[in-house]
Amino acid sequence: MALLKQILTRIGYAAALLLAVVILNFFLIHIAPGDIADTIAGDMGGATAEVMDPIRIDYGLDRPFIVQLGLSLWNVLHFDFGYSFFFNTPVTSLIAERLPATLLLVFTAQILALVIGVVLGVISARKPHGMLSHFVTFLALFGFSAPVFWTGIMLLISFSLILPLFPVAGMVDVILFDAPVWRRVLDVAHHLFLPALTLASIFLALYSRLCRASMLEVLGSDYIRTARAKGLSEGEIIYKHALKNALGPVVTLAGLQFSAVVSGAVLVETVFSWPGLGTLALQSILARDTPTILGILFFSALVVIIGNLLTDLTLRLIDPRINSRGG
Amino acid sequence: MKRAIIAILVIVAASSLIYLYTATDDGAGKQGGTLIWAVQNTPRHLNPAVQSGIATGEPGTQIFAAPLRYDEDWTPQPYLAEDWSTSDDGLTVTLNLVKGATFHDGEPITSSDVAFSIKTVQENHPFKTMFAPVASVDTPDEHTAVINLRKPHPALLLAMSSQLLPIIPEHVYGDGQDPKSHPANSEGVVGSGPFKLVEFKRDQHIILEKNENFFIEGRPLLDKIVMRIIKDGAARTIALETGEAHLSGFEQNPRDINRLKSASGVKATSGGTAYAAIGPIAWLAFNTASDGPTSNKKVRQAIAYAVDRDFINNEIMLKTSTPALTGIHPGSPFFEDDVETYDLDLDKANALLDEAGYPRGDDGNRFQLTLDYGWAGIKAQAEYIKPQLKKVGIDVVIRSSPAFPTWASRVSNYEFDMTWDVVFNWGDPVIGVHRTYQSSNIKKGVIWSNTQGYANARVDELLEMAGSETDTKKRRELYAEFQQIVADDLPVYWAYALPYHTIHSDKLGNPPVGIWATVSPLDRVYIN
Repeated sequence: MALLKQILTRIGYAAALLLAVVILNFFLIHIAPGDIADTIAGDMGGATAEVMDPIRIDYGLDRPFIVQLGLSLWNVLHFDFGYSFFFNTPVTSLIAERLPATLLLVFTAQILALVIGVVLGVISARKPHGMLSHFVTFLALFGFSAPVFWTGIMLLISFSLILPLFPVAGMVDVILFDAPVWRRVLDVAHHLFLPALTLASIFLALYSRLCRASMLEVLGSDYIRTARAKGLSEGEIIYKHALKNALGPVVTLAGLQFSAVVSGAVLVETVFSWPGLGTLALQSILARDTPTILGILFFSALVVIIGNLLTDLTLRLIDPRINSRGG
Repeated sequence: MKRAIIAILVIVAASSLIYLYTATDDGAGKQGGTLIWAVQNTPRHLNPAVQSGIATGEPGTQIFAAPLRYDEDWTPQPYLAEDWSTSDDGLTVTLNLVKGATFHDGEPITSSDVAFSIKTVQENHPFKTMFAPVASVDTPDEHTAVINLRKPHPALLLAMSSQLLPIIPEHVYGDGQDPKSHPANSEGVVGSGPFKLVEFKRDQHIILEKNENFFIEGRPLLDKIVMRIIKDGAARTIALETGEAHLSGFEQNPRDINRLKSASGVKATSGGTAYAAIGPIAWLAFNTASDGPTSNKKVRQAIAYAVDRDFINNEIMLKTSTPALTGIHPGSPFFEDDVETYDLDLDKANALLDEAGYPRGDDGNRFQLTLDYGWAGIKAQAEYIKPQLKKVGIDVVIRSSPAFPTWASRVSNYEFDMTWDVVFNWGDPVIGVHRTYQSSNIKKGVIWSNTQGYANARVDELLEMAGSETDTKKRRELYAEFQQIVADDLPVYWAYALPYHTIHSDKLGNPPVGIWATVSPLDRVYIN
């Protein structure tokens, strides 16, 4: 019951947050100079006043700010995201086309980052002053400080150009359109690896550092000493007793970082021509395509909120004590 | 017996060698194959009749055929029109269409489709000057279109080539919907070009397949074209180097071009008149109508003397670009190089600024100017101006814009002193050059109009005359005088013609490097 109530409260907050996201973003887009008519003119290599004025009237850009905002809010409340100024297509179908690609990238990257991060963290916690531990620390620092687009291009140069193991760009090999399903799934995985690894690189660093620290803390606690005294094997101590408790902070952080992963996807998608929401968002912002931007931000906010909810639920599974605290 | 077999083998080998030799030598090329083409942008849609620009033009010219096409030396060639004639007074142009040509849906192409296409372009295309003099189009029979002009129109033939006049089907677009947002612009597109649309996935790819019923016998050579949309320049060049893509057009990054020039298996080509019909010129534009110093001709000339065009071309563009000296692209037949070129001369610059009444202050500065630029690719050029003008006492504040609309809105509303800009000639000066210098085209809020606020009565007169003169020699003289006047008035300082290159696999035959480069039909391209 408490859980249900908590979830309902969270949904209430989420709705308010979504509304705030829409209003704030509408305002931000509005204060940026230039509009879609400028974009279209630029796109066409020039235009005339006879072309530009009707565009502004068509898209309602000649109306007062408050009217435009009111109309946008009204539409969003009805889950109507309107037509993309730039592509002349319903925004919902544009987003539906892109969202799966972004979700695939973001979740794969999160899982990669968590698994590799935790493994590296555990390894370096077992021998905190060993060579391997220093190497992991270096790797973590490097992964965290290198700009994600740079990491992406370096991975491209290393594993597509010098060692031609992975494709350069895109999500599918169009030559394989008639291939059997398993072959195409494999193809997507092949295309996915480098972008997912790039996106994972930043978070991998965070998770491994945090996992190392919390492992070290846990390993110094009394119940571990007890376990050792009981004569349990080292493997059992590390993986059964220590890791389960050390994972808590890592999962919490992973949840908090979820929004950062989504925003990091924008850059990664651009470098690897990954056809997700990120590339669409960038293009829409550059083009001042207001309905599309609002739609994307709405859906990414939704993804982040759902991601945070999932984190909470995962934490409960790992550490039942959270439940008993009544939330 | 043995000898006979050897003799036969020798003859077979020799004849196949001869066959192979002739097959590649007569330029016929090889049939079949899939071309992977890396393109830089997602088009808004695929109909060049109502959308200008390269993103739409690259697929658009494959899907739609135009009445004419152009040779590398600017000579018009038959395409959908098998021949054409202009009346003596230059007021009517008659097109005779190829017989038996059909659209992708099997409907025949008639003169009424031509009339419909001209009307659609005239009403919806951003380049109003292209067909402005057209009064009406008569269709005496199915294969004859007579274009009636209000005044002679020298740019008409060029405006009927490549992506500027795609012949669109009246039976599809004539249904009363707005042609700019017609659903057939992106899905189920019906043209009559060498390739048919299979699939258009935004930000991913455009797949085209051979039009088996193309009106030119034996063309196109390729079976399929896969246009992959790769926006990131580094990823695109890597795809070309690894052979994942065979072709890319409009590449302009000097470092990538120079690297690919020396890479194996890839060629980077731009020579002669390649891309000349696009005519891209990078320039430093002045607000000549401002209250500030840039309204003074001597100040503008001084700035031109202080800037080193050679440095920009050699050090920033790494020798990949061609110096531009006037508003007309150096590859155009109307280019005039006998103009003042403002070679680097700081003494002259200082003297001109003194003359203009701007002495140096106590801090060594004469005045301050802002310099705008709108996109990252031109940042170095913008940064270069600052220390260079400091030498003659002009303090430059650089202002970048986060995105194109910001820059466009500042410049088109005259909120600038100087700005770096890139503007295309689009084939004939009537289409792409007049707009920058004609005083009638000073239009607030419209980017790439006469945003310099430049007005010179003689220039207006010369452009007016050159715009309705059909004698090429006389036009050359008119444009020569025009170029000399604007080189003196200097509403803009021209720096270089963009180094557009076609990057292609060395397995590619007949790569598109003509005046229209990759915005022309690729029906002759083949893969070895």
